[in-house]
Amino acid sequence: MSGGRQRWLGPAMLFPAVLYVLALVGVPFVLAFFYALGDVKVGSVGWHFVGLANFRSVLENPTFRHALRNSFVFTITSQILVLVGANMLALTLKDAFRGRQFFRFLILLPWVAPVSIGSIGWKWILDSLYSVINWTLVRLHLVKPLDVPMWLGQPTLAMISVILVHTWHILPFATVILLAGWTAIPRDIPEAAAVDGAGYFRTLFQITLPMLLPIVNVALLFGIIFTFTDMTVVYILTRGGPYDTTQVLPSLAFFTGILGSDLAEGAAISLFLVPLLGVVAWLMLRTARRAEVA
Amino acid sequence: MSDGRPGSAVERGIKRTILVVFSVALAFPFYWMAITSFKRTTDLYNLKNNPFLFSERPTFEHLRLLLQETLFLRWFANTCFAGLLVAIITLALAMPAAYALARLTGRLGEQLGIAIFLTYLVPPTLLFIPLSRIVAGLGVQDSIWAIIVVYPSFTIPFATWLLMGFFKAIPMELEDAAMVDGLTRFQAFVRMVVPISFSGIVTVVIFAFTLVTQEFVYALTFISSAAHQTVGVGVPIYLVRGDVYYWGSLMAACLIASLPIGILYNLFLDRFIAGFTVGAVK
Amino acid sequence: MAVVETRGLTKVFQRGQVGAVIDVDLRSVEGEFLVLLGPSGSGKTTLLRMIAGLEEPTSGEIWIGGTVVNGLSPRQRRIAMVFQSYALYPHLTVHGNIVFPLKAQRVARAERDKKAAWAAGLLGIGHLLGRKPRELSGGERQRVALARAIVREPSVFLLDEPLSNLDAKLRASAREEIEQFQKRIGTTTIYVTHDQVEAMAMGDRVVVMNHGRVCQIGTPREVYDDPADTFVATFLGSPPMNVAETDDALVGFRPEHIRPAGTLPADCAALPISFRFSHEEYLGAERILYGWIEGGPFHGSKAIARVPSTWSRLLASSEPAAFEVAREDLKFFDPRTGRRRAAIPLA
Repeated sequence: MSGGRQRWLGPAMLFPAVLYVLALVGVPFVLAFFYALGDVKVGSVGWHFVGLANFRSVLENPTFRHALRNSFVFTITSQILVLVGANMLALTLKDAFRGRQFFRFLILLPWVAPVSIGSIGWKWILDSLYSVINWTLVRLHLVKPLDVPMWLGQPTLAMISVILVHTWHILPFATVILLAGWTAIPRDIPEAAAVDGAGYFRTLFQITLPMLLPIVNVALLFGIIFTFTDMTVVYILTRGGPYDTTQVLPSLAFFTGILGSDLAEGAAISLFLVPLLGVVAWLMLRTARRAEVA
Repeated sequence: MSDGRPGSAVERGIKRTILVVFSVALAFPFYWMAITSFKRTTDLYNLKNNPFLFSERPTFEHLRLLLQETLFLRWFANTCFAGLLVAIITLALAMPAAYALARLTGRLGEQLGIAIFLTYLVPPTLLFIPLSRIVAGLGVQDSIWAIIVVYPSFTIPFATWLLMGFFKAIPMELEDAAMVDGLTRFQAFVRMVVPISFSGIVTVVIFAFTLVTQEFVYALTFISSAAHQTVGVGVPIYLVRGDVYYWGSLMAACLIASLPIGILYNLFLDRFIAGFTVGAVK
Repeated sequence: MAVVETRGLTKVFQRGQVGAVIDVDLRSVEGEFLVLLGPSGSGKTTLLRMIAGLEEPTSGEIWIGGTVVNGLSPRQRRIAMVFQSYALYPHLTVHGNIVFPLKAQRVARAERDKKAAWAAGLLGIGHLLGRKPRELSGGERQRVALARAIVREPSVFLLDEPLSNLDAKLRASAREEIEQFQKRIGTTTIYVTHDQVEAMAMGDRVVVMNHGRVCQIGTPREVYDDPADTFVATFLGSPPMNVAETDDALVGFRPEHIRPAGTLPADCAALPISFRFSHEEYLGAERILYGWIEGGPFHGSKAIARVPSTWSRLLASSEPAAFEVAREDLKFFDPRTGRRRAAIPLA
């Protein structure tokens, strides 16, 4: 038995991957804290500890507070919409029927197409002059031709637009995750419920959906991460405007840290993502462990 | 089982309606990209025309413009080049790691596996500021190499997790037999396990390509010249001249960038999902 | 309590004939234990699922308690079913599983708990009520499934191979238990199995199925002693019935009916058989002798004989041994259709 050799073979095969990930995830993660606690700017040399000064200055900034609020509003509303929509969609797609593959492909497109590309597509749909939505609304006499909604130019509408595009992007992902959960439920279970006298909704709400709960959690947690940490939709649709009213934490970090060259403050802003990510990671682990026990 | 199970016609009708409404809403932007790509400019910007249809003859002008007078093909080549290298780096590092986690490291390996999975949850928007400094330090800023170096930090965790599942599914007797027949453990891995996991490896390659196409934040941050961009950033950012959007060409580019990746992703969907569901589905 | 009846019941699948059911007429007796027996793919489970309302028949009628139930959903049929996998709801406790059918009927909570306690008591699982299904053994899961099935006092009780997930030892005691249990509650029960021992031991009557058709319905004694065709004859019994070919009939006789010559009572007409021995399985209480028949009407046919080990003579393959079969134990089948036919004189 080559037990002695095997003892180092495992770590040796693991080491390069761990090193790579550590260098490009672990190191920058730690650096982010250093930047946030120091006074780095692009082109500056040296680092001086400034304590929580960056965080304080960030927190005093009304744009930041607005972005923080937006981040939560965007994430929570879009995930509620996604959960409802994905459950409905999964229900319609879980049984085999002719054309199911085709529908699944159509529904999947918003997720697989690059999100930046999808967003620019929406920017055209929501265009201030040539929006097809406005054209339709005018034709249906719901709005007057000279008083059409400025989807990306008016703060509330811009918020709604960003939320809907996020929902559009994440919905397919949540749907296919839920579909995977549906196929994992043995056929016997809903049949037993039917024989036991349960109708469609009782079976759905008391048997199958509770069984799906772990997988719904997975879909939701990924959805939260993908939405909360995304800046692409906002960046492309509104650039955070009008007047920074649609900024979210990641986009504000980008504008401050990269375009504004204030690395320290940018890093401080993005570190506000960490607590939520920590909570999500913890919930994810719990879900995974639960599923193992079941 | 849909044949024979008595489901009411009403129920089926409601489901079908929901499905059609959602599909139309979700796929509409792609229809919109397609029709915009082939419309004459005069048709496109005439508010009197019905925008859902062609009011004038379709044209290939936008497509010609896109392919001949923009950097689109260059971006396409950049994306493929980066995808290939990211896939190679990912496989070279993730395959041994996944095998080690599946077979060699036991309890500790399990914990490490979960730790690796968790790094997949760390978003670019948390790391891009310090990483921009690291990239500059490595001397690869403003080149395609910046993202070739950085992207494996997402693909390695996901690929390790996915391949670990593949390797665990291979019966251990197979390697035992190979070792009894005179191979070392590492040879058994290279000559038996890797070929058997071919479909897992293909999945990882496709995943690497989709990631390179889809990623936006790092490419936007680390690459500042238009010529070095990937499709995902080049199209939405650099096809816009100043404040002028050439919607025809832009939408043609969007369509070309979305469809192939959409079809590929669809083919490998079930395996990607297996990678995402963390064992919550067995 | 109710009578279950099917008339011309047929189910065709597009994918092929596995599991199809063809023109089945069946009528249970009030309160009986009816077993559907057949090899896998014979359509017995499909038949049960049609009775449950989980599968829509292609044609034919199903009657439960005097009314046609075609088109009624399972919940409207007042039936209960135990699935092969038990199909316990994994996220509910044992108590939650048992009261689920009552909740679906909107039974008041106090009444629900009373009935659940009654059902749990009946099956001896009162101490498990707080557990989740994954914490139970196979036998316990089966009892929970039974308790869930009886708790709302169904008019018909359907069981789909409920013992196939248990190990051999547990299966014997569970068999006994289900049988006793059914006698006590007296509900009409339809039980699907591919295991002939289960069918013989438990059934008041056995329905033998093959390729989607009913071959025979009868008491265990009838299907064993008077098989309606060669399929029933060879499917039941282990080792199966010997079937020898003569000029114009197939003739069957059970291995235990081949006896050493001279052991039949004197008033019994015997057919002498010259048995060429090839090998033997010694099973303790009995010996299974393999060989073929030489001379006589069955010349050249393979045969298996089952003799008690108290008959201790050793056989050699060099020369045939003298055996005999009572003529009344011979069953005659039509060589073309395989169906039973009248006896014909043998040389």
